[in-house]
Amino acid sequence: MTSDPQVAREAAGLVVPGVGAFSACMEGLKKVGAPAVIADRFRDNRPTLGICVGMQVLFADSDENGIHQGIGMWKTSVRKLQSPILPHMGWNTIEPSHNSILFDGVEGESFYFVHSYAARETHVGNATYALHGEKFLAAVENGPLSATQFHPEKSGRAGLALIKNWSKSL
Amino acid sequence: MTLSTRIIACLDVDNGRVVKGVNFTDLVDAGDPVEMAKLYDSEGIDELTFLDISASVSNRETTYDVVGRTADQVFIPLTVGGGVRSVDDVDRLLRAGADKVSINTAAIARPELISEISERFGNQVLVLSVDARRARTPSGFEVTTHGGRTSAGLDALSWIEDATSRGVGEILLNSMDADGTRAGYDIGMITRIREVSSLPLIASGGAGSLEDFAAAIEAGADALLAASVFHFGIHRIQDVKKYLSEHGYSVHTGSSL
Repeated sequence: MTSDPQVAREAAGLVVPGVGAFSACMEGLKKVGAPAVIADRFRDNRPTLGICVGMQVLFADSDENGIHQGIGMWKTSVRKLQSPILPHMGWNTIEPSHNSILFDGVEGESFYFVHSYAARETHVGNATYALHGEKFLAAVENGPLSATQFHPEKSGRAGLALIKNWSKSL
Repeated sequence: MTLSTRIIACLDVDNGRVVKGVNFTDLVDAGDPVEMAKLYDSEGIDELTFLDISASVSNRETTYDVVGRTADQVFIPLTVGGGVRSVDDVDRLLRAGADKVSINTAAIARPELISEISERFGNQVLVLSVDARRARTPSGFEVTTHGGRTSAGLDALSWIEDATSRGVGEILLNSMDADGTRAGYDIGMITRIREVSSLPLIASGGAGSLEDFAAAIEAGADALLAASVFHFGIHRIQDVKKYLSEHGYSVHTGSSL
């Protein structure tokens, strides 16, 4: 764990977890210069993995408690899910992208989600989808920059296998 | 792609040991919480809840240790409740490794605590635990404290609506009438709360037969919590999931890895 931008910039792999509201998470990331670190790592082809709100902040903006700007690595938006029951909480299956590295060998597994907001689409990278009221992005793999809306670290053996898949790319 | 109904095991923890009483009065020792968490994880439980029933502050220190050791070894969601009174208590539990924290008495005493916690950590970490029983209140259900012995003077339905507007992310609905009876979940209560709440709803109290689990899903529960039927081996986790799956309900049947 680090809040030192130099350590984060040069690490073999960087995980960006996110807990809490989108705007609070963005403020915390800005305080330690994380947006520039994430952009630099993408340019330098260094692997970064965003998790949950750590995925959402990679998009252009979110409508959680008003519109807030994200880091904007991906140009689409994060919006509240349209579903009768929110948050989307629990184990759900996914529809992995073709040629996915993250989901290699765990295509048919379930993963643990806890969120009310999500991105619907991406113009770049490989998209993996899940369904809760509507179809949304469960993961994006865009060269060195990957992200999951679910929590692999809380998804039992399937989650650990996904983390292993990611760490092989380091 | 369908969200599975979660099966949750609840461990009542006192001074680092698992206990579970019938109607909360006579407690029976049922093991070490970390070992039980690992066992339930290997058997395919979807989520774990620790309810800290320790009376003293020194015993609570033991709870942080138990939570930390569990989170180091079990990679599924862990909710911890019991005695949570402040934002700092939540902070300590999350840092120890809890994913969610449940609040009950302290939120009844001071409802502002709900918004204080959800503004800091998001509502997804906060579970409102409601100990409810049948009573002559507008909804027919009232909130109790002290393990169902004392009326809180609140209607269960209006309390849940109030707490939802303040920022909880999930409802743990404990039936004080059904708890420990193994005679089935309180279907009427689940149905009534489902009508007004759009939050994930965990049914708790009364699980006995496999049919009871299905009945609670039919009534609108998103997750099913049980304790003694699992602790005393009356049902294995996979037996419950197999039954539900065979009856057309979506469950997480476990990793094939």
